[in-house]
Amino acid sequence: MELQRTKWKAFYEGLIEWIIRICGISAVIFVFAIFIFVFWEGKGLLFSENFSVWELLTSEKWDPTHEPASFGAARIILGTFSVAILAMTIAVPFSLGGAIFISEFCGTQLKEILKVVIELLAAIPSVVWGFIGLTIMSILIRDLGSTTGLSILNGAIILALMSMPIILSISEDALNAVPDSYREAAIGLGVTRWQMVYRVLLPGAKKGLLAAVLLGMGRVVGETMAVLMATGHALNNPFDTTFPFFHALTEVKTLTATIASEMGEVERGGDHWQVLFLIGVLLFTITFIVNMTAHFVVHGVKRK
Amino acid sequence: MNDSQRFTATPFTHAKESREKWVKYLMFVVTLLMAMPVILLVSYLIHKALPVLSLEFITDIPRNQMSAGGIWPAVLGTIYLVTLSLLVAAPVGVMAGVYLNEYATDNWFTRLINLAVINLAGVPSIVHALFGLGAFVLFAGLGESVIAASLTLAVMTMPVVITSTREALSAVPMSFREASWNMGVSRWQTIRGVVLPNSVSGILTGVILEVSRAAGETAPIMITGVTASLTFKQGESVYYLLGEKFMALSYHLYYFSTQWTPPRLVIDDESGNMVPMTQAAIEHAEAIPYGTAVVLLGVVLLFNSLSISFRYYLRTNRKW
Amino acid sequence: MNSIKIKGLAAIASGLLVIGCGKRDGGEGAGETTNIQNKGSDTMLQLAQAWSEMYAKKNPDVRVAVSGGGSGTGIAGIINGVVDIANCSRAMKPGEAEKVKEAHGVEASQFIMGLDCLAVYVHKDNPLEKITIEQLGQIFGEDGTITKWSQLGVDPPEGKDEIVRLSRQSNSGTYVYFKETVIPEGKSFKPGSLDMHGSKEVVELTAKTPGAIGYSGMGYATDEVKMLLVAKKDGDKAFAPNNENALSGDYPIARPLFMYTLGKPKPHVKAYLDWCLSPEGQKVVEATGYVPAPKK
Repeated sequence: MELQRTKWKAFYEGLIEWIIRICGISAVIFVFAIFIFVFWEGKGLLFSENFSVWELLTSEKWDPTHEPASFGAARIILGTFSVAILAMTIAVPFSLGGAIFISEFCGTQLKEILKVVIELLAAIPSVVWGFIGLTIMSILIRDLGSTTGLSILNGAIILALMSMPIILSISEDALNAVPDSYREAAIGLGVTRWQMVYRVLLPGAKKGLLAAVLLGMGRVVGETMAVLMATGHALNNPFDTTFPFFHALTEVKTLTATIASEMGEVERGGDHWQVLFLIGVLLFTITFIVNMTAHFVVHGVKRK
Repeated sequence: MNDSQRFTATPFTHAKESREKWVKYLMFVVTLLMAMPVILLVSYLIHKALPVLSLEFITDIPRNQMSAGGIWPAVLGTIYLVTLSLLVAAPVGVMAGVYLNEYATDNWFTRLINLAVINLAGVPSIVHALFGLGAFVLFAGLGESVIAASLTLAVMTMPVVITSTREALSAVPMSFREASWNMGVSRWQTIRGVVLPNSVSGILTGVILEVSRAAGETAPIMITGVTASLTFKQGESVYYLLGEKFMALSYHLYYFSTQWTPPRLVIDDESGNMVPMTQAAIEHAEAIPYGTAVVLLGVVLLFNSLSISFRYYLRTNRKW
Repeated sequence: MNSIKIKGLAAIASGLLVIGCGKRDGGEGAGETTNIQNKGSDTMLQLAQAWSEMYAKKNPDVRVAVSGGGSGTGIAGIINGVVDIANCSRAMKPGEAEKVKEAHGVEASQFIMGLDCLAVYVHKDNPLEKITIEQLGQIFGEDGTITKWSQLGVDPPEGKDEIVRLSRQSNSGTYVYFKETVIPEGKSFKPGSLDMHGSKEVVELTAKTPGAIGYSGMGYATDEVKMLLVAKKDGDKAFAPNNENALSGDYPIARPLFMYTLGKPKPHVKAYLDWCLSPEGQKVVEATGYVPAPKK
C-alpha cells in the first residue's frame, strides 16, 4: 500500500530538499565569497598606476607609510617561506617517525593513548603557542647565541610542534592504506619489520605522505598568531652570501604577521589598507595552490 | 638437516632481531619526544599562573587598569562567540553534510563541493579575518561587533562540522535507509527519523570540535571587533549587546603578553589617590597572562576531551 | 540525554540573543547612567582607563567605556558616529578629516590631553649616557652610517658590537612621530630593525638584549633598562626624558596625545574632557607615566 501524500507534504519535502541543497553548496559559495571580498577591498590599489604586482613580489622595500610609499614584499615572502621550510624540516622526520611507530610497531593500547595525546596537541590554540614561543622558547634560544631569542628558529620550532599532529595523522592514514598483502609478502620473504617499512611501505604510501607534508606546509604558511608573537618582526633577508647562507637566528617578518600587526592602526580605505588586503589575496592563492596540489596528489591513490 | 636444526636462530637472525628492537625503541622515543615538550610547557604555564588561579579569577571583572581582579568579561565574550557561531555553523554544516552524503550524486559538481570544503578548511585565519572585515563589518554594515566576529568564526569552523557529519552519516549502514524507503517513507523523513538519530553522536563530536576551535582563535576576531578592555562598573551585571565590541579570552592573552604593562600607580580604593602597587599586587598582575593562558587551554582541552570520550562511547555502544 | 543537552544549549543561546538585542542604558538625565564611548589608541589605553576609573569615583552616574584597537579604529569610530571621544597618539590625517566632514558636515575637534615623552632605551649595562638627534638619525635612518656601538665610542655589554634596532610597526603613531622627529627629511627607516607591535615589547626586548637600542613611551620604563639623555645637536646640552624637559621643549622627542570629538562636544562629554585637563586629571596623566598637557 502506498502512503497517500498530501500536496502540503510534498511541498514541505521539496522545500527541505532545497534548503539542504543550498547548505550543500554553501562551502563553494563561501570560498568564492572569501576571495571576492578580500580582493574587492584591495582592487583599487591593484589597478592604480603607481602600483605594480611585480614590485610587490620582488622589491625589498616595505615602507607603506612613507611619502611616497613603497610596497615591496619580497623580504616578507622570503620570511614566510624560510620559517615554513625550517618548520617542515623539523616536523617531517618526527611526524613520519611517529606515524611509522604508531601504525607498525605499536600495541593497540599504546596506540589509543598516543592518538589522544596527539589530538589534544592539535587542539592547543595558536595564541597559546605564540605565548609559549614568546616567553619560554625565546629564553632557550637566547642561550644559543641569538640576540633576542625571537627568530626564524623560534617560529619554526613552534610551527613544527603545531603542524606535527596533522602530518602525523595523515601519514598514518596513508600508511594504513597500504594493503596488508604488501606487508605479508615482505615478511614472507624474510625481511625484518624495519626493512619492510623502509623498502615496501614508504614507497607504497609515497603519495599519501607527500600530501601530508603539503597539508602541513599549508598550515604553516597560513599560521598567524604564533608567528606574530615569535618571529621578531624585522624586515630582514635571512639568506645571504655569508656562510651558512641561511641564518636561522635572524628575525623576519611573515605575510600573515604583517597583516595582523599593521591592520590595527591603518586608515580605512587608504593605500596601506588596500595593500594589506592584497597580501591577503596572495596568501589565499598560495594556500589554495598548496591544498589543491595535496588533494590531487592523493586523489590518484586513495580509495574511499 | 633435521627439523630442529632448520629453525635454529643463526647469528644473522639475531643481529636482525636486535636491530629491529633498537628501531622499535627509537620510534617510541621519537613519539614520546613529541609529547614531552608539551607536557613540560603546560606544567610551566600552570606553575607561573598559580598566584591567580582561583574561581574568582574567572568570575571577577578586571580592576585597577586591569592589573587586578579577574577575566570574566573575556570569558563571557568567548562564550558569546562560541554560542553564536555554533548557532550558524551547526545547522548549515550539518545540512551540508547531509546533502553531500545523502543527496549528492558523484558528478563534477559534487567533487567541486568537496574541493571547496577542503579549501575552506585550509584558508589562513587572517584571511578569514579580512573576509569578515570586508563582508560582515563593512558590507553588511554590522560594524565591529560580537555578531560580525561570530559570523566570521562560523564560516571558519564550518568545514569541521561538515566533515564529521559526513563521516557520521556514512557510518550508518545503507540497509537502515533501504528498510525505511521500502516502507514508503520519503527521503527526508528517512533522514530525519532514521539516519540522523543514529549519527547524532558523531555529529556532536564535530560540533564540539568546532566549539573548541572557535574558542581558541584570535586572528579572525582581532579586526572584527575584539578589544583589549572595556569598562564595567563594580557590581553591575556584565553582558554584551550584539552590536558592541567585546573581550575574548584568546585576544586577552595576546594583549597581555605583548602590549600591556603593569601600571605604575593604581587608584587606592579608600583614599581615591593614586598609589604604587604592593608587591602582592605586582605578583598578581604578572601572573595574569599565564592565568589567562591556562584558562583558555583548560577550556579548549576540556572540549576536546569531551569530543574524544564521546567518540569512544560511540564505538563501544554502537547498535550495529 | 542528547535532547536535554540540545534544550540546554537552546536556552543559553536564546538567553544571550535576548540580552544581546536589547539596549544599554544611555542618554542623559538624573538617576540614569550616562555613557561616554571612548575608543582608540592602544598607547593611551591605560591612561584612558585610569581616567575613567578615577572619574567614576567622583561621578558615579557617568560611565566612560574605554576600548582600544588603535588610533585608526578611534578615528573610524568618529567617522561612523559610534564614539564620543577618539584617543589618538597621532594627529588625524587630512584624508580622515575630509571623511569626517563628508559624513557629518562638521569637522572634528582636537584636544591635546598630554604629552608622551618618547624615551630612547638601551640595556641597563650599556655604558652610553647620551645621544644626539643626528646620531639617532644615523642609527635608525636608511643610508645611516652608524651600525656598531664602537662608532659611538662605547664598549657594549657582552661584547655585542652590532647595534640591534628596536622599532614599531609602520602605522603606529609612535613610529610615525619618531620618524618625523629623528629621521632626515625624505628618508625612511633603515630596514632590518625589529618592528615590534607594542610599546611594552620594545622595552622588554631591550632589557634582554645587550646590544639593543629602542624607542618607546617614557611610561613603559622599567628597572631593567636605561633611558638616554638626548641633545638636539652635537655640542648641545643633553636632556633627560621627564616632565619639565618635555614641557619646556628641551627634550626634543615628546609628542602630543590627542582626543577628538565630532564637532563641539556635548555637555557631559565636555565635562569629562575638562576634568581630564584639570589639575586632578593631569595628576593621573603623570601617574601613568605621561607628561601633563602644556598650558596654553
